[in-house]
Formats: sequence, structure tokens, C-alpha cells
Amino acid sequence: MAEYLVLIYEDEHAIEQADPSAWKTMMDGHNAFGAAHGASIRGGNALQPAGTATSIRSDGAGGFTITDGAFAETKEALGGYYLVEAADLDEAIALAKAVPAAFGGVEVRPVRVLD
Amino acid sequence: MDASVEAAVADAHRREWAFVLAATVRVTGDIDLAEECVQEAYARALTTWPDQGVPTRPGAWLTTVSRRRALDLLRRNATHDRFLPKLVGTGTFDGPDLTATADTGPIDDDRLRLIFTCCHPALAPETQVALTLRLVCGLTTTEVARMFLVPEATMAARITRAKKKIAAARIPYRVPAADELPGRIDAVLTVVHLVFTTGHTAPVGSDLVRTDLVERALHLSRMLRTLLPDDPDVAGLLALVLLTDARRSSRTSDDGTLTLLSDQDRSRWDAEEIAEGLTLVREALGRRPPGRYALMAAIAAVHAEAPTWSATDWAELVGLYDLLATIWPSPVVSLNRAVAVGFADGPAAGLAALDALADEPQLATYAYLPSARADLLRRLGRHDEAAAAYRRALDLTDNAVESGFLAARLAEAERDARPAS
Repeated sequence: MAEYLVLIYEDEHAIEQADPSAWKTMMDGHNAFGAAHGASIRGGNALQPAGTATSIRSDGAGGFTITDGAFAETKEALGGYYLVEAADLDEAIALAKAVPAAFGGVEVRPVRVLD
Repeated sequence: MDASVEAAVADAHRREWAFVLAATVRVTGDIDLAEECVQEAYARALTTWPDQGVPTRPGAWLTTVSRRRALDLLRRNATHDRFLPKLVGTGTFDGPDLTATADTGPIDDDRLRLIFTCCHPALAPETQVALTLRLVCGLTTTEVARMFLVPEATMAARITRAKKKIAAARIPYRVPAADELPGRIDAVLTVVHLVFTTGHTAPVGSDLVRTDLVERALHLSRMLRTLLPDDPDVAGLLALVLLTDARRSSRTSDDGTLTLLSDQDRSRWDAEEIAEGLTLVREALGRRPPGRYALMAAIAAVHAEAPTWSATDWAELVGLYDLLATIWPSPVVSLNRAVAVGFADGPAAGLAALDALADEPQLATYAYLPSARADLLRRLGRHDEAAAAYRRALDLTDNAVESGFLAARLAEAERDARPAS
């Protein structure tokens, strides 16, 4: 078995503009995902909007540059994630398809095992 | 060295590479290591076959040698993790199978596993094509790079990155489950079809046809037909490749210039390929509704069966393009349909159908749109406009044979154009 991080990228602006019922649909979707795939889920969280992000880069000489905002400004921003366990990429993709992301999509990344 | 032995090794390379590699990957669980062992097996063939003679079953001989070499290497390194991570296979296969012996007969399906791994949708389409040619057809990275006219370093990096992703993301070495199979077969067929179309009319270069690519596509289609004998889409693709390729030798004249379908010497068409293709297309059309490749093959079959250009059943072709557009809507299909309309109902009707596509963004840089338009305008006697369309098509064409044809047509149109008043 291996672990994969399922990163949820969605259009925050579209979510803000959406009907309140869309919020409920999203929450119901996540609850349903948890109920159906609880055995494979190792963790997960929703994140505050990208506007709350702070980026920190080292200048390589002991100093840091701190900037307001996410690392990359994209139409779809990272809004949450699941850590899942799967036998292979096909299984991970099948799980990822079940993650609600009506305002964007998800990215699947294998977790690197360092030993 | 004996030329016949060299030829036998080359033949075994072409025919058996996928079989030997796929069976070796089963032992190693590692594509790179398996490739190394297979290459050694072929090198061994070159040195031992001259003395011992060419074995009756070269593929089995090569598989045995390659798997034995793999087992040696694995046993020697059994305490190391040098070959981790392993490819993910089904059930019992979850690492090197140290109990396997080189005499265990390989399972036919191993080639399919290899093909499905190379054509996994998590790999970019151009990577799927490169990996298929590298691993299933056994081409060197240099050869694959040359086929796609990219620098060798670029192709090597692409293939290395893909192999790393297969291992790190655990793309399984497996034939997909029945519920996923149709979509995954489609990805495989798309790769083979792309290899074929790239070879059939090379996008750039001095030759119209890239024989190397066409023959690899034919080889891959035949392999798929052997491995998936009941799949109508596979039958359709093989039919399409055969029926289209049957015209290869008549598509350019002796001096290398382009000969249009209308002017081709049909007696030079490959009758054997056509007969085989026609049988397959009937089989492929047996499923309702027929698939995309079956319909494209049926279109090729209409041309193959027409004894002369003027006897072509254009109404049938328009009907087939209509069907194709319903299951595979694409501006390129609509463009071909418009050309067929231009012959079924006359150039004015064809031009009307074509002009409806003028704003399709997908066709904005597609040379066949202005060249088809130019031909319809020429037939309508609108030579000025035809010349302008030929110029536009020339701008968009990078194949020397096609450019030569368009330049000749442009000169005719300019000659026929009435002097500007």
C-alpha cells in the first residue's frame, strides 16, 4: 500500500458567488466521501482561502522575505486536502474521483517514503 | 557475421521484443532492469546463434536467457534495495518473484500489461507514444527522438521522467478491470492511431510517408488484434490502418510529387491489405452503434472498393461522416464531410458546408481547411479566391511533398485567374 495526497483546487471566487445550497452540497459531498471511504482516509482538512496565505522565502543569507499571498496566483487555489491510502495509482485516482470538487478539480501526488 | 543470423536477430527484435521484455518485467518488477536484461539477451543471440544455429522459437530462447539473467541479478542483489521501488502488479506479484524459474512460460497477457502501462492516462499523450515505441516496439531512444523530430536529450528526459513516474506514483503493471477496460483500450488505440497518422502524412520533412512509423503502427495494431481478438474497436483500427496503408505506393509519383486520391493508379493499391481490411471492417461494424475507428475504416473501405475515382459512392461517404460526427464530433470530421458533400452535391454545396467551419479555432492553423476550400473555389472557376486559399494553405504546410503540390496548384490558379480589371 502507498499514501497519496489528494489536493483540492477550486475557484474561490466562484464558490463565494455560489448559491448557499452549493455550500451544503459540498459539505454533504465531503461527509459522503468520508462515510464511503473512511477506511482509506488517513487525514484531511479544509483550508482558509488563499487570501489568508503568507509566503516565506529564505534569501539564502539568513534573512527571509515574507510576502502576503499564496506561492502561485492561480485561478484555482488549494482549498483542502485528503491523505489517502491506496494500493496503486488506479486506486488513488478512483478515490480522487469521489472527492467533491465542483468548482475545480483535484491533484493526486504520491507521498514520498524516505528511508 | 553470417548475414542470415543477423537478419534473424533483427527479425526477432521486431517481432519478439515486447514479449521478451514483458515477461522479464514480471520477474524484475522494474522496467529499467528488465530492459537491461533483454538487451543482453539479444546481444547473446548475436554471439551464440552463429554457432548454435537460430532456435526454432527465438522468442522463447530470448525470454529464457533474459529471465535467467534477471533472476541472477536479483538474487545477487536480494539483500539490497537497489531495485526498489517495484512495479505494482496484481495480487501475488508484489516484488521480484524469486521463486519463478526461467522455464516458467510467460503469460501472453504480459504484453498487454506492458501496453496498458505505457498508455496509462496519467502519462501525457506524447509520453505514452514515446514509451510505447521504446518499450513495446523496442526502439532506441535515438530512434524515437528521430521519429518525432525532437532532440535526443529531450526524448531521453521524457522517457526517464515517465519511468520514474510509473515507479513513484505506482502506475500498475496490469490489465485494467472490465469496467475500466473500454476507456483504457481507447487510450491505447489513440496512441497507435497517432503513430500511424504521423507516419502516413509526416507533419514536417521531405518525405510524404514515414515508413518506419507506419510499419510500427501496423505491427502494434496486429499485436493488439492478437491480444484482444474480440474487441471491435481493435478490429476497426487494424482495418483502418490496412485500408489506408494499402494506398501507400500510389500516393506519390515516381518523381516524389503528391498524387491525389483522384489521380492514383488504383492497380497499385495493395490488394491483400484491402481484402484483409474489408473483412475486419465488416466485423468491426457488427457492433451497434459502430465505434470511431470502425467508421473511419468504413470510409477508407468506400474508397478502397471504388474501381475508379468517378465511381466513388460520395453519398455513402457523406452518410458515414454524419454517423462519425455523432459519436466523434470534431471540426476535422466536419471538414472531411464538407469535402465529400462537394463531390456528392457539387462544389457550391461543399463550399457552403466548409465556410460554416471558417471560425473553428481548432482549424485555424490546419492546412487542409484552406486547401480544401481552394479546390472547391477552383472547381467553381473562382480562380482569384482559389489562389489566395492555396497561398494560405502553403503558409501552414511544413511537409515538402505537400508544399510542392500546393505550389503547383497555386501556379495553375494564378494562370487561370482573369486579369484584374
